[in-house]
Amino acid sequence: MTSERDYVGLRPEQATIPPGHSWNRIPVIGAACAVLGAVGCAILGAANPKQFFFSWLVSFLFFLSLALGALFFVLIQWATQGGWGIVVRRIGETVFVTIPVMAALFVPLLFGLQDVYSWTVPGAAEHDALLQWKAPYLNVPFFLIRAAIFFGCWSFIAVLYYRLSRGQDATGDPKVSARLRALAGPAIIVLAITQTFASIDWIVSLTPHWYSTMFGVYFFAGSFVGFIALLSVIAAAMRGAGLLETVISAEHLHDIGKFLFAFTAFWAYIGFSQFFLIWYANLPEESIWFKARLEGSWEFVSLLLMAGHFGAPFFYLMGRAVKRKGWTLAVGGTWVLAMHFVDLYWQVMPTLHPEGVRPSALDVAALLAVGGCFVAVTGWLMRRQALVPLRDPRLAESLAFENA
Amino acid sequence: MPLLVPQLPKGPHYGILAEFGTPTDLYHACERVRDAGFTRWDAHSPFPVHGLERAMGIRRSPLPWIVLIAGLTGAAFGFGLQWLVHASAQPLVISGKPYFSWPAFIPITFELGVLFAAFGAVLGMLALNRLPMHYHPLFRSKVFERVTDDAFFISIESWDPRFDSAATRKLLESLGARSVELLES
Repeated sequence: MTSERDYVGLRPEQATIPPGHSWNRIPVIGAACAVLGAVGCAILGAANPKQFFFSWLVSFLFFLSLALGALFFVLIQWATQGGWGIVVRRIGETVFVTIPVMAALFVPLLFGLQDVYSWTVPGAAEHDALLQWKAPYLNVPFFLIRAAIFFGCWSFIAVLYYRLSRGQDATGDPKVSARLRALAGPAIIVLAITQTFASIDWIVSLTPHWYSTMFGVYFFAGSFVGFIALLSVIAAAMRGAGLLETVISAEHLHDIGKFLFAFTAFWAYIGFSQFFLIWYANLPEESIWFKARLEGSWEFVSLLLMAGHFGAPFFYLMGRAVKRKGWTLAVGGTWVLAMHFVDLYWQVMPTLHPEGVRPSALDVAALLAVGGCFVAVTGWLMRRQALVPLRDPRLAESLAFENA
Repeated sequence: MPLLVPQLPKGPHYGILAEFGTPTDLYHACERVRDAGFTRWDAHSPFPVHGLERAMGIRRSPLPWIVLIAGLTGAAFGFGLQWLVHASAQPLVISGKPYFSWPAFIPITFELGVLFAAFGAVLGMLALNRLPMHYHPLFRSKVFERVTDDAFFISIESWDPRFDSAATRKLLESLGARSVELLES
């Protein structure tokens, strides 16, 4: 039963990082990782630019997908008027407002287009009927225009939602909620379309003959489960660090855990459906993508994804108690996050190394560089803002939330 | 058919039925009955009262385990049946695939897993609740008819070790019961 005391708002000091708290150092740590990673990329990448661009692409996609997953998470909460998640909404907002930074981190790839995307090499289509057929879409100017459109749409939505939500902390204006709720539906449609085409441009076109009508959903499934995993880790870490202890309860962790459980199953459903239809029909230009991933050591990675991205977390997260404790949920979240990285690595790297898995120091350097920027920006924002939407009209409902 | 009849206490009385006016009264009365150490008793309400299972001290249901075992059984059955048919009993080359083509078995495996899990959930729930049950002594009470309308009840069965028709009646009255009645078996 909910009692009257639950219907009291939060004081700002209950929802900010206090001075002298260890989390104040996160931006500096992130920036140090970014510098270290960038230096590593510069030194190692000069000797092996091709490997650098591929490693960079994987890390860029990893953190971009987390930001896009966050954007969808927050938009769907607005659209459905979800109450429980308001206490973790600011975490999502902080993650997705990194999208303009991701746009800047996309720029290095433009210097290696011919190293990464074989169809951008001049004359690639000359003796290739399929590439000629696809040329109206797969050409460099249109590719660049599309990238600008994707980042323009995402940045616009992300910054709009972030700024209005932050603004409501000061004003408490309920009209802000009404406006953001009304915009959420159209924003989800824009996000779904742009994210689908972005995944085709940046991942599918690595193998320009290949096509899969399910790939957009597959990328979405990975991005969403990746963000939920990140959210579970951040929420548990915050509670462990003494932040939001009275705000994020076991009930909220439970719901995050349910999302994590459901969307590992969703990812597997979509991933298997994509594989299944291509495997069954066995058309050469479709099955070539999976052939590359079922040969040599890549087969091991494929099996790892089945067992590790689906099997293990599915059974681990099934029980109730696991989802309601911070550390057990964070273990599951960390694991799924790692598997999301493996998933993207498995999508991108066989193009560079069809002979087998070839881990590289540049993979680590690129992850440090992109991840450092991501952590520095989110950590810096968290220092400057309330960690929950303090004056959302429905915050009390979220604070008092209990699973039936 | 053991499922169709209620387990009844032996003796002349089934137990005591107490009527409460509001869900709040019911909730707090349940906490006191639970703390008094009763084990064979139940609460009745026209609608779900949030948190009542905690006020009653009810342990978590074993139903999730029944569903898990049923689901795994269904999945194993679906996979095993297809393996038996396609790879062992009647091997046929279908669209050039090997006999044992496990990806082709997954949709049926998944569907049978879901189907058996659903059976486990529905039938397990019925069995744990001893349903369907065509008769129950509580229905002899005239006031109990309002349990589907606007009244809230606690019933304590006479085979509870702590049951004592006079003392238990006094306890329920002290908890704010609007009426208390002794029911025949």
